[in-house]
Amino acid sequence: MAGNIKLEVVTPEKSVVSEDAKIVVAPGNLGDFGVLIGHTPFLSTLKVGSLRYIDANNTERYVFISGGFAETLPDKVTVLAESAERRRDIDVQRAKTSLERAQKRLADISKKEDFDFMRARTALERALHRLKLSGSRA
Amino acid sequence: MATLKDVLTKIGAVKKTKQITKAMGMVATSKLRGAQQNMDGFRPYAGKFAEVLGSLAEKAGEGASPLLVPREEVKKINIVLCTSDRGLCGGFNANLIAAAKKFVNERSEQEVDISFTNFGKKGRDWCRTNKMEIDSENLGIVGAKFGFNVALTAGQKLIDGFLDGTYDEIYVVFSEFISTARQIPTVKQILPIPPIETAEEEEVDTVKPFLAEHICEPSPKELLGDLLPRHVYVQIYSGLLETSTSEHAARMAAMDNATSACDDMISSLSLAYNKARQAAITAELMDIVGGAEALKG
Repeated sequence: MAGNIKLEVVTPEKSVVSEDAKIVVAPGNLGDFGVLIGHTPFLSTLKVGSLRYIDANNTERYVFISGGFAETLPDKVTVLAESAERRRDIDVQRAKTSLERAQKRLADISKKEDFDFMRARTALERALHRLKLSGSRA
Repeated sequence: MATLKDVLTKIGAVKKTKQITKAMGMVATSKLRGAQQNMDGFRPYAGKFAEVLGSLAEKAGEGASPLLVPREEVKKINIVLCTSDRGLCGGFNANLIAAAKKFVNERSEQEVDISFTNFGKKGRDWCRTNKMEIDSENLGIVGAKFGFNVALTAGQKLIDGFLDGTYDEIYVVFSEFISTARQIPTVKQILPIPPIETAEEEEVDTVKPFLAEHICEPSPKELLGDLLPRHVYVQIYSGLLETSTSEHAARMAAMDNATSACDDMISSLSLAYNKARQAAITAELMDIVGGAEALKG
C-alpha cells in the first residue's frame, strides 16, 4: 500500500472532513466497504451509520453519517451526506432527546406503512447511531 | 411657513429614522455575510452532486424513474414561492411576486389549477389576498438560520404529491443571488425533473474516462432512484439559500438608500431652519432699529 487517499465528507451545510487517510471504511447500503488508494471508480449509496478512517498520523477516526452516497476515485473518496459530524461534535443531549421522542412516537403509531412511522423510525435509527458512536471511546 | 420649532422637531425625527435605517442596514450586512457563508458551504455539495447525477443519468438512460417523466396532460401545478417574512427590503418581494404572477397568468390560459407552497410571509399574504390555493406555508425560514431538513420535509411532501398525481408539475420561484447589487427573480421547474445537463463541455473530457468505468452499487437505475429525490431537495434548499441571501442584500441596499435619503432630508431641513432663524434675527433687529429711530424722532 503506497500513499494516502484523500477523504472528503461534505453536507449541504458545510464540509465536515477534508484530509488524507490511509484507509476509509464506509457504511454502504449493501454492506460496509473499505477503500484504499488505487480503488477502482465506484459509486454507492450509504445508510445511516458511522464512517471510519485512519488518518495520516495513524489515528482511527469516526464520522457519523445520516445516509447519502459516496463516490470513490483511485485517489479520492467523496462522501455526500445529508448530515454528518465527527464523533467529538456529536450533540449527545440532542440525540438522547430525539431518541426518546422517536420512541414515544413509535409507540403511538400503529400503522406500519405510515409516513410518520417511517420518519420516526429513521429518526430513531439516527439517534441510536449517534449515541452508540459517541459512547464508544478509542 | 413652518416655525423654527416645527423644523427642529422634524430634523430630530429624521435623525432618529436615520439611526434606525443605519442599524437595520448594519444588521442586514452581517446577516448577509452569514447567508453567503451558508451558500459557500453548500457549493461543494451541490457541485459534486450535479456532477455525479449528470453522469449517472446518462448511464441509466430514459425513463429510469417516474420523477423524470413529463405528464402528457398537465392539470395541476404547484408553485413553491420563496419570499421573505419581513418587509423593508425595497422591491424584493414585489419582484418575486410579480414573477409568480406572470407565470400564473401564462399558465392559467391553459386551464390548469395552480396551488402554492409558500416559504415566507409576504408571498403567503399575497396568495391570501388574491384567493390563491395554499397547500402549505412555512414561515420563519427564509432570512433565518435553517438546515437541510427544511428542504427535505418540503421536498418529500412535493414528491409524494407528484407521484400520487396530485400535482403534474412543480415549479419553484426564488430570487437568484447574482451579487449584492443584483438579484433576479427566477422560475425553475423541479418536477418532473428536466433533462439533467451534463457537466460543461471542457469538463466532460476530463471526467468521462473515469465515470465510464464506475462500478455502481446498487445498479445505476437504483442509485438514480435514490439520488433523484435528493436532487429535488437540493434544488429547494438552494432556492431557499439564494432567496435568503438575496433578501439580506436587498434590505442592505434599501437601508443604504434610506440612510442617504435621510442625510439629504436633514441637510435640506437644516438649511430651511437656518434660513428661518436668520429671518427671525433680521426681523428682530429691524424691530429694535425701528424702535430706536422712533425714540430719536
